[in-house]
Amino acid sequence: MSQLDTNYKDIFVSTETIDGEIATLNLGPTHPATHGVFQNVMKVDGERIISSEPTIGYIHRAFEKLAERRPYNQITPITDRLNYCSSPINNMGWHMTVEKLAGIEVPKKVDYMRVIIMELARIADHLVCNSVIGVDTGALTGFTYIFQEREKIYEMYEEVCGARLTTNIGRIGGLEREFSPVFMEKLKKFLKEFPAKFQEFDNLLTRNRIFMDRVIKAGPISAEKAMSYGFTGPNLRAAGVDYDVRVMNPYSSYEDFDFIIPVGQDGDTYDRFIVRQEEIRQSLGIIQQAIDGMPEGKHYADVPSFYLPPKEEVYRSMEALIYHFKIIMGETPIPVGEVYHAVEGANGELGYYLISDGGRTPYRLHFRRPCFIYYQAYPEMVKGAMLSDAILTMSSMNVIAGELDA
Amino acid sequence: MSMTELNNENVLQVLNETFGEAILHPETQYGMLSVEIPADRNTEIVGCLKDHKDISMGFLTDVCAVHYPEQKGRELAVVYHLHSWTKNFRMRIKCFLPAEKPEITTMTGLYNSANWMERETFDFYGVQFTGHPDLRRILNMDEMDYHPLLKQYALEDETRDDKDDSFFGR
Repeated sequence: MSQLDTNYKDIFVSTETIDGEIATLNLGPTHPATHGVFQNVMKVDGERIISSEPTIGYIHRAFEKLAERRPYNQITPITDRLNYCSSPINNMGWHMTVEKLAGIEVPKKVDYMRVIIMELARIADHLVCNSVIGVDTGALTGFTYIFQEREKIYEMYEEVCGARLTTNIGRIGGLEREFSPVFMEKLKKFLKEFPAKFQEFDNLLTRNRIFMDRVIKAGPISAEKAMSYGFTGPNLRAAGVDYDVRVMNPYSSYEDFDFIIPVGQDGDTYDRFIVRQEEIRQSLGIIQQAIDGMPEGKHYADVPSFYLPPKEEVYRSMEALIYHFKIIMGETPIPVGEVYHAVEGANGELGYYLISDGGRTPYRLHFRRPCFIYYQAYPEMVKGAMLSDAILTMSSMNVIAGELDA
Repeated sequence: MSMTELNNENVLQVLNETFGEAILHPETQYGMLSVEIPADRNTEIVGCLKDHKDISMGFLTDVCAVHYPEQKGRELAVVYHLHSWTKNFRMRIKCFLPAEKPEITTMTGLYNSANWMERETFDFYGVQFTGHPDLRRILNMDEMDYHPLLKQYALEDETRDDKDDSFFGR
């Protein structure tokens, strides 16, 4: 019998029930194995899961209601708190949505700078997810080593915007400042040193027999099911569908970059892991291309009614003072209209559906949160699986509580 | 008619030819086609778009609702975003419902992903999705007795008089 035979796991497990007794297991909401506030009420027969009932909303903060009372530039900090493992992607997605609504064209340089930040965020997010899959299989080593590399990405965020986790990075119309020489130095150092460290991490897990035996065939989903359940991002691509917003609906000049979309085959935990590993390599390539091809120009668009003037100008010039006041008080005129803008978040298609009635705040803002939509497939994916595989399936799906509960 | 590439015009043409007067207020905003359809025909029309061999709207990107309290008889809009991955075409479909009887057929028969998105819409707007397998609140607590994203519920406590936002529009 081949090691990769479909039912090979079953040779270790008795499928017969001992006395047919079904127990109810309350997994979460604060169980350390779930990496976030997730509750699942499971019916288990021995270690085998019969059914699972997720309860969500424990950290619901009513972002959509809050957004209806905030001026556009004050909504960016809300987006930080969706997928907080890759806040910059959420921030950029929001800026681009407002720019689309207001018809702001940003210089090519801004696009490239944003691509660098967004791909760094994608790497950080994938590193968290993949190393945590290792932790859940009992391999803590990779996690402890690779988090040092994630730390370097956070230091780069700090250099750009001053914050680490909830970044609030960039502005509507550009970035707050030019990349500093220190940032560029750190970025180049990172690109030079990271691949070797990452290879070390890869060596620890990817072809590790114990790890492979644990994750192959754990929590699989077919391409059709994944599509019907609204999967996007690496989880969908692991199931074999090559859908990526960066390629299908390029934004922020992604059409200029040469990269491949890795796809898996079985949609199981191993494929999700492998797809993320490869995406990290592709992201490194994109960052390198963005540095090499960085266009000349300014780091902001010429839109004084959206982009804050330099602070020293505010003290000197009447015009700058007026713009500053209007932006801060949310008095910038904005067109009436409806816009949907999607970006490829680290765990799927992150969409913003924005309706403006011309007022100072959105009339309605809806976040299409990828993990909220695909997490509903979880009970089906773990049905009949072992409890320990259910834990793995959850961590490999990269469900982030902040995004799930909005 | 065989279409190699979809654009707003030829999809709208197919819709007009197939459903005639059911296709209301077509408009294109920021490049995306948006049409209104009667609420009682939502599954029929979306199902047809899903199965249409040239259009094949196989992916339900998003479901949400919008509240327009001033529009009498059509206060609630249920908005569907559809995406055809084979042709890379996105569009928006809206159904308007009266506030006193916000009922619409569920999309869960067509897309599994509609399940939680409709629960969320019910939770926040009180839209009743008939035929939904499990229409319960999802993000708010079960004991809540109102639907918080409706416009009549102000974000700030209205009894407070120490804050005056009247200078700033809403």
